[in-house]
Amino acid sequence: MTGTAPAAIELYSISKSFGPVAANRNVSLTVAAGSIHGIVGENGAGKSTLMSILYGFYEADSGEIRVGGEKRTISSPAEAIATGIGMVHQHFMLVEPLSVVENVVLGAEGGTWLKRGIAKARAELARLSAQYGLAIDPDATVASLSVGLQQRVEILKALYRGAEVLILDEPTAVLTPAEADQLFELLRALKAQGKTVILITHKLREIMAVTDRVSVMRRGEMVAHVETISTSPAALAEAMVGRRVLLRVEKAPRQRGAPVLEAAGLSVVDARGHETLREASLTLYEGEIVGIAGVAGNGQSELLEVLAGLVQPTRGVIRLDGRILTTADRSPANLRRLGLMHIPEDRQKTGLVTAFAAAENMILGYHDDPAFGPGPLLAPSAIRCHALAGMQAYDVRPADPTLKTAKFSGGNQQKLVLAREIERAPKVLLVGQPTRGVDIGAIEFIHRRLIALRDAGVAILLVSVELEEVMALSDRILALCGGRITGERAAEEADERDLGLLMAGVSERAA
Amino acid sequence: MSATPIELPRWADTALVPLVSVVAALLVAGLVVLGIGESPLEATALLLKGSLGSLEGLGFTLYYATNFVFTGLAVAVAFHAGLFNIGGEGQATVAGIFAALACLWLAPLPGILLVPLAILAAAVGGAAWAFIPGYLQAVRGSHVVITTIMFNFIAATLIVYLLVEVIGKPGSMQPETADFAKHATLTPMHQLLAPLGLKLPKTPLNSAFLLALAALVAVWLLIYRSRLGYAIRTVGANPRAAAYAGISPARITMVAMALSGALAGGLAVNEVMGVQHRLVLDFTAGYGFVGVAVALMGRGHPVGVGLAALLFGALYQGGAELSFDKPTITRDMVVVIGGVVILFAGALEGLFRRLVAGTLRLGRGG
Amino acid sequence: MELVQTLAVILDSTIRLSVPLLCAAMAGLWSERAGVVDIGLEGKMLIAAFASAVIAYKTGSAWAGLCAGIAASVALSLVHGFAAITWRGNQIVSGVAINMLAAGLTVILGNAWFGQGGRTPPLEGAARFGEIELPLVETLKSIPILGPLYDIAVSGHAAPVYLALLCVVLTALVLKHTRFGLRLRAVGENPAAVDTAGVSVAGLRYVAVIICGALCGLGGTYLAVSQSAGFLPQMTAGKGFIALAAVIFANWRPWPALFACLLFGLLDAIAIRLQGVALPGIGQVPVQAIQALPYVMTVVLLAGFIGKAVPPKASGLPYVKER
Repeated sequence: MTGTAPAAIELYSISKSFGPVAANRNVSLTVAAGSIHGIVGENGAGKSTLMSILYGFYEADSGEIRVGGEKRTISSPAEAIATGIGMVHQHFMLVEPLSVVENVVLGAEGGTWLKRGIAKARAELARLSAQYGLAIDPDATVASLSVGLQQRVEILKALYRGAEVLILDEPTAVLTPAEADQLFELLRALKAQGKTVILITHKLREIMAVTDRVSVMRRGEMVAHVETISTSPAALAEAMVGRRVLLRVEKAPRQRGAPVLEAAGLSVVDARGHETLREASLTLYEGEIVGIAGVAGNGQSELLEVLAGLVQPTRGVIRLDGRILTTADRSPANLRRLGLMHIPEDRQKTGLVTAFAAAENMILGYHDDPAFGPGPLLAPSAIRCHALAGMQAYDVRPADPTLKTAKFSGGNQQKLVLAREIERAPKVLLVGQPTRGVDIGAIEFIHRRLIALRDAGVAILLVSVELEEVMALSDRILALCGGRITGERAAEEADERDLGLLMAGVSERAA
Repeated sequence: MSATPIELPRWADTALVPLVSVVAALLVAGLVVLGIGESPLEATALLLKGSLGSLEGLGFTLYYATNFVFTGLAVAVAFHAGLFNIGGEGQATVAGIFAALACLWLAPLPGILLVPLAILAAAVGGAAWAFIPGYLQAVRGSHVVITTIMFNFIAATLIVYLLVEVIGKPGSMQPETADFAKHATLTPMHQLLAPLGLKLPKTPLNSAFLLALAALVAVWLLIYRSRLGYAIRTVGANPRAAAYAGISPARITMVAMALSGALAGGLAVNEVMGVQHRLVLDFTAGYGFVGVAVALMGRGHPVGVGLAALLFGALYQGGAELSFDKPTITRDMVVVIGGVVILFAGALEGLFRRLVAGTLRLGRGG
Repeated sequence: MELVQTLAVILDSTIRLSVPLLCAAMAGLWSERAGVVDIGLEGKMLIAAFASAVIAYKTGSAWAGLCAGIAASVALSLVHGFAAITWRGNQIVSGVAINMLAAGLTVILGNAWFGQGGRTPPLEGAARFGEIELPLVETLKSIPILGPLYDIAVSGHAAPVYLALLCVVLTALVLKHTRFGLRLRAVGENPAAVDTAGVSVAGLRYVAVIICGALCGLGGTYLAVSQSAGFLPQMTAGKGFIALAAVIFANWRPWPALFACLLFGLLDAIAIRLQGVALPGIGQVPVQAIQALPYVMTVVLLAGFIGKAVPPKASGLPYVKER
């Protein structure tokens, strides 16, 4: 089947479970030597687990690995490195206070004393840099490098260890479009030198641009292997999500009302001094959903957080109901009082205290409400009743307010958050990643609720990494790139290609 | 080894795991007793008899338990806010200084005013000495563990300086203050209960014990039944969620530390106002550190803290009696047991959870 | 000449008083650079002091005492490692436990074995480390200033003093210039990077914890078998915590840690000399103020009022592979 030359990597029937969750089920994969092979799939489809098995980070429950035609057991990263496999993780495995060359030799120092190994690495780095056009200062501290350069260090680390097969896990998630293009150039150069590249991503544009073959994963299983030139983004998308081709949400034409939330010239600077949101201006009207389209890490999170009062803007003005909000007004507690509710992007890290019982989470942010107890005290029975009502209304299963929140599924946890915030009759609702890690049934439920809320006159700001979701739910779509709003489209006139350009920072429609 | 936490039924989680680790700790202590050539069984019998075998022994047991309730609650309250306060010793020391100053300086006041004021002074002193590390963590980012350790030593030098140079009893070589006026001290329990017709032997047990009981109830109300307690637990479990909920982690850090320090001040109330009736050096005597064991064993819950304090009170008193009969087994055995409990119920909790989970599964399978 | 003599004597006692701090500080540095927080330095020194005194007394050999001190301290550090590395327990909690264990066990065993309230019998002769005369003392004596300094302050210390100084040099050298040192620095900052590079995180941390134990062993042995002639209950008297302060003060670097320890030792030496002496312009400085200075300085430094203390990023965090 695979031709005469031995494949670089062959995986046969790999299975891996974490407790009751099957992350990989009977996964097989063949990667031809000297090719760029893409693996696509939605979040949680099992791509990263599969690659972690290949890299020896996890051991498969069953299955077989062949490298260069020979059967191998890879039970540690050290063995993977020894078999010529290198990996660039989504979160860089770099030691920030150390220099580039120290990071490169770490684990491959070549002797007790560092001096010789460092000298050798320096020479090798110079050679690799010249070969692939990767200019980098070997003595720079990693912490002082940009994200794009840090990624190069990761690639150099793998090459220094003699990697013939290079795995990249979501390499562009943190890159600007320009940096991503540079990366693709590099991958092509690697291929030209005979290296094999495995590219894990959920972005179809990248797959189409740079790969030779693509494998598609869905819910822990491998569902398709195709030549890139013989497929299309639409076909891949269909394979990724299964029969459910596109999200269709029934909704009535909007009844746009008065402006509720107005932001002008908002800028945010993060702890490292980077400006993550740049002079963003937007207006939310009653009875509409405004979606934010953008590659993760382009300022969406900061936009949500600054509007929700979790971070303070360095510049800009926010008006609610026409009134300018002072710094004191913008505390999360006060914003809630004013009717601005927030469903955060990460329910487990921000939206919930997973160690609490469900009932306790149903009062998170509202524990000062006099309805929950007399004076400084809380009444558990009142809290439980309130929780039970909310859980029944939002079909949280099991509807047990005393159950620890960590024990609910992702979808039910999200419904808990939704119930808590929506029940408070918001004027403005900020929603981040409403359906991340949520099963299909719950997705539909959540979408219907959001639409109903819009129809009831609430102004909703929606942030989601799923462009389809943004397009399906929104009345208007704003694109964010590099912290800047690069364009606005009405939902009817928006198409994926056009939005993609805006998300990449190309604001001219002609381009 | 999997990274997923081991799931246990609630009763096993709250009762069995701490119980197993305490039993294991006592077994280790038994081995030490065996190692120095004594019989653990005999020692246990003497210990039980000494601590619970007579009204007098029981009085001493409850007196020691009073100290452990305060220091255990202090650690527990901070734990709920995700903070590790190992500065109980220093906080109690400063509380003792404050209480002593109040008792000495406000002596003209009648007892009904003086005693509550002195107790308040102790709470304020302890709270202040814990608030500073809390403030430094919340606002300046310095780690509360290191700061409270340093504050223990600063308090230790402070009390030496004060007793030697400033408030020491004139003409005395001992580092201690003059005795407090009679009406500035707490009533011993045997006097307090005498009007009720109860004839108790004379022990150091005093009305601070009632204060400790009240503190147990108050902390339960605070942590599990109040809005502030909800905020404290939220910050302890997930500071990001707390910020999202409009609860300021910085503010709660300071508040929780101050409350923790005030509770540690209870140790000074019992020792300085209840027993010594003057300020002496080293009255904290390591109770603050045993408080860590009490809090860990009691899982931060006032009921658990109360039971653990009782256990350590019995060990303390029984240990004292034991060392009369067996001079080779000194009361330092309690420190060892405390250390082992901290190790087993705290640092090695994962191991003990696994052991308990394994045993339960075995029981169910067979 | 008088002044030089006084300075030399102060420097001499500074070195003597710094040695236990130095050992414990290097110990803490090894452990914390590897990402294992250790507030149990005090307890490990204490148990080492006890074990070394007992064995030195029984065998009559100070060196046998040193071996025993190191063994006892390493045993406790392995307990800490087992809790912190293998079982990913809370490292602070484990440290508190270690300190209490050592404080209790030493007194109980000492009392049971020797019946002197926890003390060990006094050590004499070869059971204590003798003073070592460095070469050329007589020849160099005539050189002004340097001669007496060499004679009084540098020469004439016991073997553990020179061993401790050697340990500083070795620590600095190994951390900076060897493969092991690089990996250790890395594992305290980002253990995942070390793991994915194919190096065992647990292995590195265990080695660091063992080195930490050995160094505490040296420090504790010095206290009981060199500085004093036997073990006294609680004889470490907070030195393990001052050492911790020194490590923070030095921003987890060996050479600055040496200077921090010497500074704290100097404060101690001055405090002893200043007892009851009125300083011109200031009056009598309470000894306690000087004794509290290392702790106050550490608090001030940690709060970022002067400089900034930046601990290794992964210190105190158990390593869990991410999914």
